[in-house]
Order: sequence, then C-alpha cells, then structure tokens
Amino acid sequence: MFNDFINQFWPATIDGLAFGSIYALIALGYTMVYGVLRLINFAHSEVFMIGTFGAMFVPFTLGIDSALTGLTLVGVIILMILAGMLASAGTAVALERIAYRPLRKRGASRLAALISAIGASIFLQEFFALIVIPNVFDRPQQGRIQMGLPRLMERTELFSIFGHTVRVDQVLVIVAALAMMVVLDRLVNRTKIGRGIRATAQNPESAVLMGVDIDKIIRMTFLIGGAMAGVAGALYLISYENTNYFIGFLFGIKAFTAAVLGGIGNLRGALVGGLVLGLVENYGAIFFGSDWKHVISFTILVLVLMFRPTGILGESLQQARA
Amino acid sequence: MNEKNPLARFRNQLGHSGDVIRDRWAHTPGWQRWIVYIALIIGALLLPSESIGSFMSPDTDWASILFFPIGTYVLLAIGLNVVVGQAGLLDLGFVAFYAVGGYAMALLGTRLGWNFWIILIVGIGICALSGITLGAPTLRLRGDYLAIVTLGFGEIIRITARNTDEIGGPNGIRGIPHPPSYEELNLFGINFADTFGVDPLKYGVLDPRPYYYLLVALAVVVIILVKRWEKSRVGRAWAAIREDEDAAEVMGVPTFRFKMLAFAIGASIGGAMGVLWAAKSISINPNDFQFLLSATILAAVVMGGAGNLPGVMLGAFIVAWLPERFRGLQEYRMLIFGAVLVALMIFRPEGLLPSRQRKAELKEGTGGMGTLGAEVPGPESRGEEVASK
Repeated sequence: MFNDFINQFWPATIDGLAFGSIYALIALGYTMVYGVLRLINFAHSEVFMIGTFGAMFVPFTLGIDSALTGLTLVGVIILMILAGMLASAGTAVALERIAYRPLRKRGASRLAALISAIGASIFLQEFFALIVIPNVFDRPQQGRIQMGLPRLMERTELFSIFGHTVRVDQVLVIVAALAMMVVLDRLVNRTKIGRGIRATAQNPESAVLMGVDIDKIIRMTFLIGGAMAGVAGALYLISYENTNYFIGFLFGIKAFTAAVLGGIGNLRGALVGGLVLGLVENYGAIFFGSDWKHVISFTILVLVLMFRPTGILGESLQQARA
Repeated sequence: MNEKNPLARFRNQLGHSGDVIRDRWAHTPGWQRWIVYIALIIGALLLPSESIGSFMSPDTDWASILFFPIGTYVLLAIGLNVVVGQAGLLDLGFVAFYAVGGYAMALLGTRLGWNFWIILIVGIGICALSGITLGAPTLRLRGDYLAIVTLGFGEIIRITARNTDEIGGPNGIRGIPHPPSYEELNLFGINFADTFGVDPLKYGVLDPRPYYYLLVALAVVVIILVKRWEKSRVGRAWAAIREDEDAAEVMGVPTFRFKMLAFAIGASIGGAMGVLWAAKSISINPNDFQFLLSATILAAVVMGGAGNLPGVMLGAFIVAWLPERFRGLQEYRMLIFGAVLVALMIFRPEGLLPSRQRKAELKEGTGGMGTLGAEVPGPESRGEEVASK
C-alpha cells in the first residue's frame, strides 16, 4: 500500500493539479455568483458542459482529424478556448436573464431559485442530448453517447520529475488555468466592474444607493463566471479528449466542493480549494482505488461543511453568510 | 388586488377561489368530511380500471403506471414534504432513504429470507435511524449548504452501493421475494377474484393491482399520521422553525431535535416506499437511485405547493403522469419538464395549491428560505405587496 503511494505519488500529483485547475476555474463561477446573489447557481455545471461543446465546435467545423504542430496548433487551441468562453458566457448570461432575474425582481425565495436552476439544468442537458449534438455535431441518435475529440496535440514529454514524465497537455492546463486566475484577480480588484461586484457582494442596498447598476453587475458576474467555466471546458476537452451531455453533473458538484473548501465567495479560495481537492482526490484514489474517487470528494465536502463551513481561506467577497 | 397584469389578476382570482373552498372545508362538520375521505379512498381503489386507463395512458399499462411512477412519487413526495414543506429543510438527497429501504428489502429478503411485513417494519426503523445519522452532523447547516450536503450524501450512498460487491455492486440484487400472498380471498362470502376480476392479496409478477392497493393502504396510513403531526405541537414547532429558526430557538423550541424528527419521519416514509417498491420489482440496482429522482420529487413538492398535502400529491401526480401520458413526445419529456419547472418558478413560485400559511409567509418575506442576496426592492416588487395588503 505504502509502496504504491510512493510509486504513484508524482503521477497522482500532476493529474491532481491538472484536474484541480479545472475544478478551480469552474469553482470561480459558483463563488462569484454565490458572493453576489447568495445563490448556488445549480445550472453552472451545464455552463461547463456547454463550454466543452463550444470548444469541440472549432476542430469539428475545421475538419481537423490529425495532430497539429507549431502555430496552427496554438491558433486552434486559442480558438477553442475563445469558442468555449463564448458559448459558456452566453449560456450563463441567458440563464441569468431567463431563470433568475424574474425571480430576483419579485424577491422570490432561494428555494424557488434553486428549483428554477434545477429545471434549467435538466433543460440544458436534454437540449444538448436531443437537439444540439445530433444536429450541430451531426450525430443523429447518438446524443447520449460520449463524443471523442481527435488528438490535436501530440502528448510529448515536456520534462520529468523523479523519473515520471510530465506531458505538455498537463502543463498547458495548469498554466492556462493559473493565467486566467491572475487575469480574474486583477479584474475584480483593479477595475470599475470589479469594484461594483465587490460592493454588491458586501451590501446590495448600499451599492444601489452609491450608484451601482446592480442588474449590470449581476450580468457581468454571470458573464465572467461563465467565461471561466468555458475556459475550463476547453482545457478539459483538449487534455482528456472526450465529453458528453452529462459531464457537467460531477464536475459541477466537485467544483462546488472546491469553492466551499476554499471558502465560498473567495476567489483565491476557489483556486486553493480546486487544487487541494484535485490532489486529495487523486492521492485517495491510490489508497482506495479509483472507483472511490467521487466518494472521497463528497466526503470532503460533507466534512468541510461540518467542521469549517467558511473553508480554508474564509469567505471574503461578502461579509456574512445567511 | 388591482393588478394591471392580466396574468397576475388571473392568478389572484385563482388563489381567491382556492381560499373560498378552503374556508368552506374548514367549516364542514366532521361526519361530512369522513364521507369525502371515504369517497376519495374508494376513488383511489377504483382508479386502475380499464376505462380510466384508456384515457390516462393509452400507450402503457395504466395499472403498472399507477404503482410506479405515480403512486411511488406521491408517497415519496408526502415524505419529502415533511422535510421541505413543513420543517423548511432543503433536502436534495431524498432518494438515499428510498435506496436504503429498497436495499433493506432486497438484502433481508434474499439473504435472510424474512417476510415482507417484518422487513417493512424493520426497514422503516432502519431508515429512521439513517435519517438521524445523516441529520445529526448536517442539520446544523442551513439553507443551501444543507441542500448540497444532502446531495453529496445521496451520491455517496449510490456510489458506495455500486462499488460494494457484497451487495451486488453495479448489478444490484435479483430475486427479491414478493409479499406473502393470500389467494382466493373470501370476505363476507364474496369471492374477490370472481366478482371484481382481481385477487387483491395475490402478490405475483403479472398483476400490478394488488401492489397498488397495498400502496394506497400505506398512503392512507401515512397521510393520517402526517396530518396528525402537522396539527400537533410538532407541526407548530416545524412551522416556527421554517419561518424563523432563531426566533423559534429563542422562544424555547428545541429546533435541532425537531429538525431531526422531521428528517427521521421523512426518511421513514421514503424508506417504506423503497421496501414496497423493491418487493414488487424483483431486482434493484444502484442506477435506480439517481440524483434526478431526488430532483424530480423535490420539483413535485414545490410545484404542488410545499407544505400543503393535497397540493403536494397533485404535484407528484402531475410530475409522474404527464411524461407517461405523452409518450408520443417520448424523448422530449425531460426537456419539457425542465422548461416547465423554470416557467413555474417564474410565474407561480408558491406552487399550484399552496397552503394559506405558506403563501402568507412567501408574501411577507421568504418562506423561511431567505431571499437572494441582491434582492433590492424596486418599484415592481414592493408596490405589488403594498397594493395587495
């Protein structure tokens, strides 16, 4: 058992960091929306799912079926990330407009918002399984079957740690995720929109009195969170080369776990939570087998909420939790 | 009530006529109520007849549908209503208790060869216990934190069942025994099989009706119990917790204990249904207990009007029946279901048949669930309230 752990430590670490970065990017959406609206955006998992398909659309329309190199590869990857961001951000904004805003305007309860989110989530999943995948991706009758991406990027070894190889796609995921985090951190802490988001999170009524256009801020929050999930979707697709209409569910819950683990409402917490969750999950899988990976994350979620509901770094976008 | 929006006006009128019926019902003498109750039970027993079935579900066997999904959903919704509607605790993992009940029946029935009736009682006990074990650590959380933790627990139970080979792993358990049969039932000299064409206590593979009658009997018992609880000190404590937990605690309501009780009762009802369902379906596997089922039952409760028993039953009926009725739309039913949920929350968040108390709570504030953070009173939201007061 212990030998296994020693042998698999580095591969598990690298896999954990790659998965953890994806969790972290999705977790940002949960954390920002929760910070501003105190709402678990249950349909955010579908925003991620749509991001993977948005990214899939690029190689699909370009008709790429073999590995690329050089500038073409870079160009296609950037296009995929942009397409993922566009699809996800669009979905997130539409979601806010259709499923949440009417409820918010009437001051409906959070239960109503949660049910609305569950409804939207089911709708989007089925919409993709029944309409988008068969028609747009030309797979009639196969909407519920996993869809693979042809290998775009040769999985060459970039360097090795203690004899264990680190592949280029893994590095890409981790680096791109960290870069997006830095951009987002600047955005929230340095720009006018970021200030509006923080103000709304602290106290919406005062924010309105201070001249913050709260509808716009909420829309921007969904847009930014959605774009991050889109990046996550594109990176996941490039690295793991498959997706399906149901992929959001597990990633959604895990990303939410990551958000809670790091301290919900806290952007840096989402990063820390995502990476910690990815690592713990993969280390745990060495001991218990990969079948139990999901159980490990859910157990972590339950334990964190029981013993330290404010997470590792505490809550910071807003002051208090209801 | 001078709404400009015609839709809102229609909604108000509908709500008003509901109030009139409810007032009249409240002033009906007891014996008249009993007549209505008995008529309803007889109606439920007559439901699985061919003539109703040909309209209600032309594509599938009506009697089977009455047992699952319709009857099953109704009973599960009654159980979840205790937790969500009455105590105001948001539970997204209710299917876990249904699974525990199902596995209790499957394991005790196949391994130990116990009798259905004993397992039903033991199963209810096991589910109440599992409700308490799940509730003890989690019920200190509030609102959507509780929702996510229960969701996590629901998934843990399902994945654990899938990964544990001792209880069948992903294949589940087969050969679950049926309840013991009493064939050729004679009551007051009437032979049921000859007179009504059904042997009501013969639990076989072919005829779903005996199981349906069993379900109706179980539902009647459960409804009576739940109604009694609602009207008792326990029910008032739940309402207090739902409306304002801190205030309830200050007023001397042991909130934690009552929340546990709600969890245990809800779990027992879900578990009893699990036992019954497993006894009919011969084999179960972990995929029968997906999160989607929890979400559907919750949707049924909220759609019907959380906290109001007839509303919740109506909601469960609609959620279960509509997809079966429109099998022609086959694949699109979940798509439509999702869209309907969103539309319902936008246009009628209190549900189809809300309880009056619950409606007042929603109007006054939040119905115990808290509002969205950035809810800022605009002219639309507060103006409406003032006008209707």
